[in-house]
Amino acid sequence: MIRTSGLSKSFPGGVNAVRGVDLAVEAGEIVGFLGPNGAGKTTTMRMLTTLLRPTGGVATVAGRDLLADPRGVRRRIGYVSQGGGTNPATPVGDELELHAMLYGMRRGPARERIGEILERLDLSGLESRPAGALSGGQRRRFDLAFGLVHGPSLLFLDEPTTGLDPQSRANLWAHVTRLREEEGLTVFLTTHYLEEADALADRLFVIDHGAIVAEGTPAELKGGTGTLDDVFLSITGRSLREDRPSAAPGSSRPGPDGVEPSHQESDGVGSGRPGPGGVGSGDGEPSRPGPGGVGSAGSGPGGVGPAVPERSAVAPACEER
Amino acid sequence: MDVLRDTWTVFLYNTRIVLRQRAGIVFGVLQPMLYLVLFGPLFATIGSWETLVPGLLIQVALLSAGLAGFGVVFDARSGVLERLRVTPARRVCLLLGRVLSSSVTLLIQSVMLMTVGYAFGMRAWIPGVLAALVLMGLLGVSLAALSNAVALNIGPELFAPVMTTGVVPLILLSGAFLPMSMAPGWLDALSRATPFRYVLEAVRDLFAGRYATWTVAAGVAVTVLLSAVCVTVGTRVFNRENA
Repeated sequence: MIRTSGLSKSFPGGVNAVRGVDLAVEAGEIVGFLGPNGAGKTTTMRMLTTLLRPTGGVATVAGRDLLADPRGVRRRIGYVSQGGGTNPATPVGDELELHAMLYGMRRGPARERIGEILERLDLSGLESRPAGALSGGQRRRFDLAFGLVHGPSLLFLDEPTTGLDPQSRANLWAHVTRLREEEGLTVFLTTHYLEEADALADRLFVIDHGAIVAEGTPAELKGGTGTLDDVFLSITGRSLREDRPSAAPGSSRPGPDGVEPSHQESDGVGSGRPGPGGVGSGDGEPSRPGPGGVGSAGSGPGGVGPAVPERSAVAPACEER
Repeated sequence: MDVLRDTWTVFLYNTRIVLRQRAGIVFGVLQPMLYLVLFGPLFATIGSWETLVPGLLIQVALLSAGLAGFGVVFDARSGVLERLRVTPARRVCLLLGRVLSSSVTLLIQSVMLMTVGYAFGMRAWIPGVLAALVLMGLLGVSLAALSNAVALNIGPELFAPVMTTGVVPLILLSGAFLPMSMAPGWLDALSRATPFRYVLEAVRDLFAGRYATWTVAAGVAVTVLLSAVCVTVGTRVFNRENA
């Protein structure tokens, strides 16, 4: 679904924001993209969604060549930016209709599809409200609707739950997981929350200093030795918690780099993927909540149950210490 | 075909927003309307309504379409623009749909001014007035495209002070309040360097029922050229990565 090789971006002035990213994402996966501020996360996401033109490397996104056919890519992907993107004074239904029609849908089918999506996201009946009159969780689900209205095969979510309360967050997770099953979506998401990566993603990529430094399932990365937070600290030399953005959207724009990790350390962890011993050890983790653990916190049906044994769900209690 | 359809879709969406906030239309035309009502009767003692109203049309064009970039600043900040940029719609459609909607707003405002002008005793020939409206529509497209481009270039903080200050000399130099033929040489020369003088003089000729004049030809040529340049610049800015 996504294949990149040496994807890079340097900005005028010699800043190499992304220095050669290789990604492979298969259809139907939920992939988490983690990294500290300034690591190149947002830049990579913006390249993959055609908002930024790469300065090097090649990429195929949703079956189209990113550089040769950006409009073809745009037709097949959905993108939900960090701040969403709704005019606070316009009824969300109108905006959704415009959005759907710009994907070539006619008014009738567009309305039908909008009704269907809103029902799935528990938003039926809210179309005539302006975005400014919605709660944070509702607005975020509307943002999700924008990304889904044209039935894309690949959905990009940039920090989908930043600024949401734990309950709305769990609810959104449940929706994303269910949409994956029902719409056969592939989801690529960036996040600052390790709990989110742990709960949602089948596989994780960790980016630091503009390059991928680790890759694997959450269980593989943890390797039985600790939490994702420890792993993150050992890989990047930084704790994800330290530079987590404040609740305000837009505050996690790439900033100056923090601690400089020794490259030897980064390389060691990056290339040395956890061996077979590490993979299975996820089973030994103490008392993981079963399916439904997350769903119980919100209105989401089914909950975020792990589909694969190693995939973990996170109890609401583990969030936001 | 795609281009027309998408432009139309964006136009309808933006126009619906404009019509929903009718106060915006009224507010945009308020200042020229005040000139018309409180200064017009005074001016009419030495000049004519047919001279003043075209001047106020240029004023409203600069104040309304010229400041249309406020909308794009707002949309850029709320993320609407970025959301639209990830759809397959061509960027020129996102610009044109928006700009055409600003132009329609300007036409509504122009009709409002002319209606009040007629009520005060303006005598302008209807065919000339209709031709002038076509010119105003095109001027609206130019100014709105330029305003959008400037807004995306200089950012929200600078846009308001720069543009609201910038339009004042442009209005004065067009000869909106008194014909530039009365100006001293240097001011006349300065005025000739701005496009709006030519548009204004053409509109005055059209109002007076003089259609086939060099002044009208010059006004039409300047307006067409201006819109071509402004739309090209606007499209280029909309196509840019970080716009």
